[in-house]
Amino acid sequence: MARYNPPEQPAILQVFDIACLVGAIFLALWFPLYMGWAGVSKSITKIDNPTWELLHQTPAQVEQWTKLGKDVSAAHDIIQNRYNYTIDWTQLLIMVVVLVGYFIFLFRASEREYRDVIDEKFNQK
Amino acid sequence: MSQSTMTATPTKISLSRVLGPAHVWALGVGIVLVGEYTGWNFSADKGGSLAALIVCWVIGLLYTSVAMIDSEVTSTIAAAGGQYAQAKHIVGPLMAFNVALYMVFAYTMLEVSDAILVGDTIVAKAGTDGLNHNAFLAVTIIGLAWLNYRGVLATLNFNFIITALAYLAIVVLFLSVAPWSQGTVLRLGEMITPANALPYGWIGVIASFHFGIWYFLGIEGTTQAAEEVRSPARALPYGTMAGMITLLIAGAMTWYVCASLMPWEYLGTTYYPLWDAGKLTGSPALENMMFYATLLAAIASANGCVNDAARAWFSLGRDRYLPTWFSAVHPKYRTPYRSIVFLLPIALAFAFISDLNQAITFSILSGVLQYTFMSINIVMFRNRWPLGSIRRGYTHPFHPLPAIVLFILCVITFFAIFLGYGAQLTAMVVFYLVVSIWFHFYRYQYVRRGDQFTMPWPKPKGF
Repeated sequence: MARYNPPEQPAILQVFDIACLVGAIFLALWFPLYMGWAGVSKSITKIDNPTWELLHQTPAQVEQWTKLGKDVSAAHDIIQNRYNYTIDWTQLLIMVVVLVGYFIFLFRASEREYRDVIDEKFNQK
Repeated sequence: MSQSTMTATPTKISLSRVLGPAHVWALGVGIVLVGEYTGWNFSADKGGSLAALIVCWVIGLLYTSVAMIDSEVTSTIAAAGGQYAQAKHIVGPLMAFNVALYMVFAYTMLEVSDAILVGDTIVAKAGTDGLNHNAFLAVTIIGLAWLNYRGVLATLNFNFIITALAYLAIVVLFLSVAPWSQGTVLRLGEMITPANALPYGWIGVIASFHFGIWYFLGIEGTTQAAEEVRSPARALPYGTMAGMITLLIAGAMTWYVCASLMPWEYLGTTYYPLWDAGKLTGSPALENMMFYATLLAAIASANGCVNDAARAWFSLGRDRYLPTWFSAVHPKYRTPYRSIVFLLPIALAFAFISDLNQAITFSILSGVLQYTFMSINIVMFRNRWPLGSIRRGYTHPFHPLPAIVLFILCVITFFAIFLGYGAQLTAMVVFYLVVSIWFHFYRYQYVRRGDQFTMPWPKPKGF
C-alpha cells in the first residue's frame, strides 16, 4: 500500500476548523443551560405555614438547621424541593437510541480508519 | 529574516521527563480531592444520605476497575494524552479524537466547577451584600493557566503541597470530632433515621450514581503525565493505585462526618459540606481550617485540570486531528503553552454562565463516556495483543471482570444522569456524534495514517 500524503491545510481553513469546533462546544454546553433543561425534574411542594413538625424534622435536626442559620421558612424551601423520578419513556428511548447510535458509529468508523493505519504501518512495501 | 533561517529544520522540543510517583499521586488526588469538599454531597440530594454512602463504595468499585485497567494500558503505552494515546493505538483515530474531547470537556468543566467553588466560598465567607464571585473566578483560572504555562514541575510540586494540606485537613477534622464516640459531636443516628435514610427508595440510590461519580472523577488523569514521568511503568500504576486508596479513605471519612452533622436535605444542596461540618463542630479553628482547605482543594484540582486538558488538546494538534499550531512546545518552559492559552477563555466563559451542579454534570457526562470507552478498550487490547505478545509494564488481574463491572456501572450511571439531566446528556451525545461525523468525513483527510501507530509492537491480531 502506498504511503498516504495528506494535503496541506491552508491557514484560513485551520482557523475555520477551530471556529466551527469552538462554536459546537459552546452550543453543546450553553444551549441546555439557555433552554433551562438542567435539573428540571426538581420542584417545590409548598406547605402553607410550615413548622418543623410538618417538615418531619427531629429535634436534633432542628438544632443543626438553626446552627446553620436556617429558620423554618428557609429550611422549607430546601426540604420540600424534591426530585420527581417519574420516567419519561419517550425521552429515555431517544437517549438510548442516540447513545447506542453514537457508539456504533464511533467504533465502526474507527475500525475503518484503524485499518488504514495498520495497512500503512505494517503492509507498506 | 534570512532565507537560511526561514528554511532551517526546526529543532524538535519534547516535554521534560522530570516527574516521580509522588507527582503522579498529586496529579490524581489533587484533581479529585475537591470532590470530597463539594459535589459528592449532591448524591444525597438525589437519593438521601444513605444512598450517598452506598454510591461512595459502588462508585469506588467503578474507579478501582478504571485504575486497574488504566494502569495496564498506560504502563504499556506511555505517551502524552493518556487514554487518547491508548485509543489511537488500540481502536482507531476517530475514537482517539473523541477520547481527547472527553478529556478536554471533563477537565475544563471540572476546572470551571473548582473556580466557581473558590469564588462562592470566598463570597460566602466575606458575607458582604452585592459581592460578586466573578473576579475570584477570573483570578483563579488565569493564575493557574499562568502557573501551568511556566512549567510542569513547579505546577505539580505546588499541587503536591496543597493537596497534602487539603487531605490532612479532612483527617484532622475526622479525628477532632471523636468519630469513635457517637453523641459527643456526631449524631448519625439522629440525622439518618429509618424514615429518611432512603427518601426516594432504591430509585434514589440509582439516581445518586450521577453525583457519586464526583467522589473520584479525574483519578484517571494520572496518565496524562505519561510522557513527563521518569519511569512510567513503575510510577503510573503505583501513583494511581495509591491515589485510589487515599481517596476511598477520604470519601468514607467525609461521608461519616458530614452525614453525622447535617440533615440530608441540607447536605444534598450545600456547596461546602466540609466547611459546614467545620462550622457545626462549634470550633472556630476547625471552621477556619476547613474554609482554607476548601480553597486549597479547589485550587489543586483546577491546577491539575489545566495541566491535563492542555495536554489532551496538545496531543490532538500534534497528530493533526486539529491544526498543528496547537502542538507547539514552549522553547523555554517546555509546556504546551498554546493549548493552555487557547482553553483559557472557554473555561472563563463557562465559569461565568453556569452554576456549580450544571458544570459538574457536564464534567461527569464526558467522564462516563470515557469510562465506557475504557471498558471496551481493555478487551480489544487483550484480544489484539494477547498476554505474552508484547511487554506490559503491569498486568491487571481478573480480566475481564473489571471491564464487565466498569461497563455495567457506566450503563447504570447513564440512567442515573437521565434521572434529572436527561436532556443535557442527549445534547452532549448529539454534539459528540456531530463532531465525529465532521472528523470522519472531513478532518481525517489531514491525518498521516501510519504515523498514528508509534509503539514498537507486532501487528495486531486479526489485521
